[in-house]
Amino acid sequence: MCLPAPDDTEAWRDAARSLILAGVAPDDVVWEEPGQGTGDLFAQGPTPIPPPRPGAAPVRASKAFLGLVRVALLHRAPQRFDLAYRLLWRLQDRPRAAQDAADPLVRRLDQLARPVRRDIHKMRAFLRFRGVGDGPGHAERFVAWFEPDHHILRANAGFFVRRFGTMRWSILTPDGSLHWNGSVLEEGPPATRLDAPGGDPLEELWRTYYANIFNPARLKVGAMLKEMPRKYWKNMPEAALIPDLIAGAQAREAAMVDLGRQDFGPAPESLAGLADGIAACRQCAIGCNGTRAVPGEGTRRRAFMIVGEQPGDNEEREGRPFVGPAGQVLRAQLKQAGIDPAQGWLTNAVKHFKHEPTGKRRLHQTPTAGEIDTCRWWLDRERSLVAPRLILALGASAARALIGRTASVQRERGLLARQDGAEIWLTCHPSYLLRLDGAAREAEEARFAADLRGFAAALA
Amino acid sequence: MSQPTVMERLGILADAAKYDASCASSGTAKRNSAGGKGLGSTEGMGICHAYAPDGRCISLLKILLTNHCIFDCHYCVNRKSSNVRRARFTPQEVADLTIAFYRRNYIEGLFLSSGIVRSSNHTMEQLIEAARILREEHEFRGYIHLKTIPEADAELVARAGLYADRVSINVELPTQAGLARLAPDKSTPVIEGAMAHIGSAIVEAKDARKRFRHAPRFAPAGQSTQMIVGADQASDADIVGRSATLYSRFRLRRVYYSAFSPIPDASAVLPLQRPPLMREHRLYQSDWLMRFYGYAPHEVQQAAGADGMLPLDIDPKLAWALRFRESFPVDVNRAGREALLRVPGLGVRAVNALLAARRQRRLRLEDVGRLTVSLAKVRPFIVTADWRPTLLVDRADLRSRLAPPKAQQLELFGA
Repeated sequence: MCLPAPDDTEAWRDAARSLILAGVAPDDVVWEEPGQGTGDLFAQGPTPIPPPRPGAAPVRASKAFLGLVRVALLHRAPQRFDLAYRLLWRLQDRPRAAQDAADPLVRRLDQLARPVRRDIHKMRAFLRFRGVGDGPGHAERFVAWFEPDHHILRANAGFFVRRFGTMRWSILTPDGSLHWNGSVLEEGPPATRLDAPGGDPLEELWRTYYANIFNPARLKVGAMLKEMPRKYWKNMPEAALIPDLIAGAQAREAAMVDLGRQDFGPAPESLAGLADGIAACRQCAIGCNGTRAVPGEGTRRRAFMIVGEQPGDNEEREGRPFVGPAGQVLRAQLKQAGIDPAQGWLTNAVKHFKHEPTGKRRLHQTPTAGEIDTCRWWLDRERSLVAPRLILALGASAARALIGRTASVQRERGLLARQDGAEIWLTCHPSYLLRLDGAAREAEEARFAADLRGFAAALA
Repeated sequence: MSQPTVMERLGILADAAKYDASCASSGTAKRNSAGGKGLGSTEGMGICHAYAPDGRCISLLKILLTNHCIFDCHYCVNRKSSNVRRARFTPQEVADLTIAFYRRNYIEGLFLSSGIVRSSNHTMEQLIEAARILREEHEFRGYIHLKTIPEADAELVARAGLYADRVSINVELPTQAGLARLAPDKSTPVIEGAMAHIGSAIVEAKDARKRFRHAPRFAPAGQSTQMIVGADQASDADIVGRSATLYSRFRLRRVYYSAFSPIPDASAVLPLQRPPLMREHRLYQSDWLMRFYGYAPHEVQQAAGADGMLPLDIDPKLAWALRFRESFPVDVNRAGREALLRVPGLGVRAVNALLAARRQRRLRLEDVGRLTVSLAKVRPFIVTADWRPTLLVDRADLRSRLAPPKAQQLELFGA
């Protein structure tokens, strides 16, 4: 038997039906690959199908059989016609034979159908149109070149018509071509790669997208190759980037990790060890500015903790927290509220003094969010060693170091959060009071004192 | 400073969007443009138009409208305090780019998200505007996934659902403590409130369509969410439990897991060590067990070790089978579908084929072999007409026979 075209499943059905009706057993049929020389040396040209046997039963074919065979017949393997006919022959006695996927014959047909289904799907996925025409932004026509593995071009035409119904397009393949003008689909002769247009300015944008959506920190080349084997690459504009992306990935990830690398070493087990650690810390620019680190001081274990922003000029000289003008304001106000600072732990969010040298004075500079977050590693260790029940954050920087976000002092003062079994309270930094005058200062001092009284009440 | 070109901005905004794992384009209403109007189609099955060397599929144009953001979430590359280049697109530019890519068959549609600028409502309006231009001006029939801003007004979220196939809100971290620590501007109740709202809008719209044929569709591909794995202390058992709650409470279509990966200019609060990518894979496998294999959440959790972590060297289904050996062997010729689905090495497809085949004859071991990839993996757990595993299920070394311990190669660039 020879069919008019390699993907003409209708013609196969007609021929197979007539053969069954004529009672021709599978071993007596030779199926020839359409368009190629004969496989049987002794054949004398196509033999006409014998007439139906009188009283032959109508041909039976189940839905499962038709679904399987319709796809499997598009495979390039020449034995597909024979295998399909053998199964149809068996179906006449055992109508449900096609449902037995564990049967060797059904399995062989299934093994033909699977790559065909995959090929159909991959054509829908990896076919790339190129715009052809005058306008820079709006192409007149779209042309694609694709090399399918199996006879799937016609079977796949409907998908492209449904999707790109309002575009004018052509799909060129080595087996034939399809042309859609917006209303009619025409078939054309086989084409070569040279018939397809060269480039499309939009491909540069697409490559930009492809290169940037790739995450170099999770290289999985095998997973990519499984779904997008190399054979498709030559017709995909973005695939040319792949080797370089893979080659650069490890370096990019290492650079990213290096940039964020903060190797603080093992966590210190004592407050003395912590003080040595921060003195040697060079994780940020402040740590590298040559100033002395100022560790916290006071009483540890289940007491309270007061966190300021960073040591100032006096603190850096003496190596102790809260000894400058702002510290004095704090100590005076604590005394009024009935809190003895020696009964708690005083420290800062940032352990080194960030400043700007101006003449003889060293002018305070606010640490950035990134610097506070870096120094948070030390504060977290300090918290776990001191284990305070209550923490008072002085100002927004201290709050950020404790809860990870920049809080608004004016809106959120008072009890701010509960974390790891500790209450975190927020008030302004005492240096804020020093910058105010007159009535404003009085009002703010009153609010500061009220906050401390609230804190003292929580302590009691 | 002059405005960067479209290409530069596409680079910045695609780079900013790549930490969102979702790229699904499947399971939405069927549409096409064969009738001479519009552009595009959706036919149920999603299509991955390319794969990047990270193994992830590229199905949608996944970009941010802008990577400016007023939030300061530590795990996020776009947080306020991060030192990355910023850029923005107008809704019109996004729509034009989507159409140009779609016509060349590069993509299935658009996945649009955004940093939060000015206010949540303003941002949400911009996202919706891009979707509106695509749907109304271009009659675009491809796939649209909109990320929803949980703090935005309910009315805006409702409008997003009318244009989009899928809407999503990220829960970001599996535990509330993790969210408080790493995303201090976000709140679990607000996120869950928005999810519940979308969930009921989807149900209502489905219900309305049963009664009125022309009732508008609302996010026909449902809603999904994403969790970052390995940035906080949550164990696999915690994560599985959280997913199960999300699936049942909000009728989510998918929960995505994204193994925390190093980002440029990372916050000091983040762990340096990234979790193994295999952990993400095992979580997806456990997700599949719950959604397609009939495992209850607590059963998946039983597959985890004492520390609540799923084993990395074997898949959770095998881990469960090794722990509950009394459930095996399963007779391939008699057992029910549920029992067959629990056999390690038998997938949904193989079980369906076995059920169809055994209606016609008694199955032998070689029959099972034709339907599975690895008979060696299946054999200790099944009984066929000609095979019964003698004592194999009781062997103490069954685990190492099935998954021989691999020599662990040290990571060359390990942090």
